[in-house]
Amino acid sequence: MSRRWVLWFPLVLFGLIVMLVLWGMNRDRDDFVRSRLIGQPVPEFSLPPAVEGKPGLASNDLDDGKPQLVNFFGSWCIPCRAEAPQLAALAAAGVPITGIALRDDPENVRKFLDQYGDPFTRIGADRDGRLQVVFGASGVPETYLVAPDGTILLQHIGDIRAEDVPELLRAWKDAS
Amino acid sequence: MIAEAGLAALWLAAAMALLQTFAGFGGLGDRLAQLTASLRGFAVAQGLLSLTAFAMLLWLFARTDLSVGLVALNSHIDKPMLYKIAGAWGNHEGSMLLWVTVLSLTGGLIALLERKLDARSFAATLGAQGVIALGFYAFLLFSSNPFARLSPPAPTGQGLNPLLQDPGLAFHPPTLYIGYVGLSVAFSFAVGAMLTGKAGPAFARAMRPWVLISWIFLTLGITAGSYWAYYELGWGGWWFWDPVENASLMPWLAATALLHSVSVLAARDALRAWTIMLALTAFAMSMIGTFLVRSGILTSVHAFAVDPERGTFILVLLALYIGGALVLFGTRIGSVRQGAPFHLFSREGGLVANNILLSAILAIVLIGTLYPLIAEGLFGEQLSVGPPYFDKTTVPVALVLMLFLAAGPLLRWRRDGSGSLPRKLVLPAGASVVALILLLVLAPGTGILPLLGLVFAAGLAVASIVPLWGRKLLRTPLPIWGMVLAHLGVAVAVVGMASESGFTQERLAAVRYGEELEVGGWKVQLLGLDPVAGPNWTAIEARVLAKKGDGRWILHPQSRSYSSPVMQTNEAALLSRWNGQLYATLGAQDEQGRWQLRLWWKPFVSLIWLGGVLIALGGALALIGRVWRGFRARFPKTQQEGFA
Repeated sequence: MSRRWVLWFPLVLFGLIVMLVLWGMNRDRDDFVRSRLIGQPVPEFSLPPAVEGKPGLASNDLDDGKPQLVNFFGSWCIPCRAEAPQLAALAAAGVPITGIALRDDPENVRKFLDQYGDPFTRIGADRDGRLQVVFGASGVPETYLVAPDGTILLQHIGDIRAEDVPELLRAWKDAS
Repeated sequence: MIAEAGLAALWLAAAMALLQTFAGFGGLGDRLAQLTASLRGFAVAQGLLSLTAFAMLLWLFARTDLSVGLVALNSHIDKPMLYKIAGAWGNHEGSMLLWVTVLSLTGGLIALLERKLDARSFAATLGAQGVIALGFYAFLLFSSNPFARLSPPAPTGQGLNPLLQDPGLAFHPPTLYIGYVGLSVAFSFAVGAMLTGKAGPAFARAMRPWVLISWIFLTLGITAGSYWAYYELGWGGWWFWDPVENASLMPWLAATALLHSVSVLAARDALRAWTIMLALTAFAMSMIGTFLVRSGILTSVHAFAVDPERGTFILVLLALYIGGALVLFGTRIGSVRQGAPFHLFSREGGLVANNILLSAILAIVLIGTLYPLIAEGLFGEQLSVGPPYFDKTTVPVALVLMLFLAAGPLLRWRRDGSGSLPRKLVLPAGASVVALILLLVLAPGTGILPLLGLVFAAGLAVASIVPLWGRKLLRTPLPIWGMVLAHLGVAVAVVGMASESGFTQERLAAVRYGEELEVGGWKVQLLGLDPVAGPNWTAIEARVLAKKGDGRWILHPQSRSYSSPVMQTNEAALLSRWNGQLYATLGAQDEQGRWQLRLWWKPFVSLIWLGGVLIALGGALALIGRVWRGFRARFPKTQQEGFA
């Protein structure tokens, strides 16, 4: 019975699959999801200002020699409110943050900024969500770290929690 | 009190499963006779009790009892009755309860009906079924209690995911579950056969109807799921190679292989170990599928009941059942005497080739589905494997499979030395050549895969009818008709897939009222928009005029808003003609006031699902034929030549 070992082959294969999914379930899944755009330059775009008194945002504003965060938000988005203190903390630490207001009107954006603070240096208005699609963003809030040369370094999906702040800050410093 | 009664019934059913397990495996020893009678009793009681529990859950959903957490989370007072009831299984707990209900009802049926097996195999089979059921009862009772109360009760309920609010999807999960559960029965039979060492034709004949039933339901479930995704998701595709879709395709592939090998075993007493292996694989695939869907380990567009803890539970069950069965396979299969030998060039040989090719596709799909995990584990890369990989790898294998599908049924059992195969293949080959010439002339520039698909399908369509040649049609056994119909169904489905992928025309445009678009020979105009309201949604509905020749039709694509939970869906409008479907979806309005309209002309796309239905119908004919023959047991043996 030289072929007896063949009979155990299915079990070995099955064991491998079980080990694989066991590992898959217990791996650390971070929210710093790498999108297809990681390592790619920011797509060309130009957005009008979302509120009066603050400039809009275009792709060439992002390659001005400093790494910065680009934050997709909306005044209608509840997690964005929860995220506001963390953005404020990052801004206070010296990180430049630009915003993109999704499917929003100026009045609501203004109210949102008045109530939850305004960490943004510029805010562009993405009225029909087209730029969101171009960026490959899956929802709001979502934040990108863009290198000085306009390359996207990382994508953070979902709201930034307090525990994410140090990591984002480190990533920003590494890029500087 | 209804919830408590349901919970009590569930506990009692679990107790019956425990008794069934002991009685079943006890039946392997000496005190067989006393145990067998009580074994049947336990199995029937378990079936009735779990049915009671499920009925209680349905009742709770029908009356929207919001003091039950599951109802509050998955239903709403304003929902139409059909979806209130469908809400009972449109969620994790309810669907697991449905799963175990179908499983234990089948156990009860086996206990009442099964007469083909010897007493020891019968006891071992029901014992194995008891173990499987026990795991799922434990799962329900300890980690996913569907009857848990909510305090205080919810005021209105959260509703059902609107995407699931569709008649197709209300019936989709039960259909698939019957398929999965049928495979668990095949698994139990295989375990029983390994324990007793009796894996001959009697075992194959006892197992075959269950394989057939589950295969029919899986086929229908996949077909319906594909059509649902096609018209409900609004992206005009019919197969996405999503992990959740693959979860139902993989057991189907294994079941298809099993269906053919079990017939070889029943008719020729060959392929014993292979048949048992496939029975284990088929059930393993349905469990792995369930696990992948529930654990959230892979990301899917169908994101559903993502919960790692529950994933762990299913993984443990999976490891115990499948791992245990594979250990049994390694230790016991050597003692299963190998069956009758056969020549490679024979019906058996053709079926072995079919099995190998189906297994190859299964392996490709499994690897593709798990590859994101493998890549992350070994290379630290995050990536997703999409349609390009699956199309490129599965389609060529499937094309080769079609060749065997055409030739296999024309071969004789044991050894085909007659040399008649080339003669029988003349007509099918002729059909392929005619199709090739027609395509080259009428549709030059067709891609190579769609072209091959259509050419092979033409040949297969003819070849699948050849076995009827020279027979008295009315006296031809139903299983043969079933085989012919199922193989024809494959050809029909392939024509649909190939022409959809080769000839679809698409148009995406922003239009104003009255502006005319053209797609696939149709002239299409947006006439206007109307607000409409349904039972629990509101929508903007477009009036889209489609003209071709003298014909005029109005399509009504909708953009729907649901209020509980808040969600937007796009309801596509379909215009079915004999030669294809015009597919329209309504998008958003842009700043200039134009409406986005997306149009597809998909030639012969309906054949995909028609083919699926034909395949299932073929299975049903075979099943009816087998059951019928069961009643007339003394049928002449010469007619036992069909498959399935």
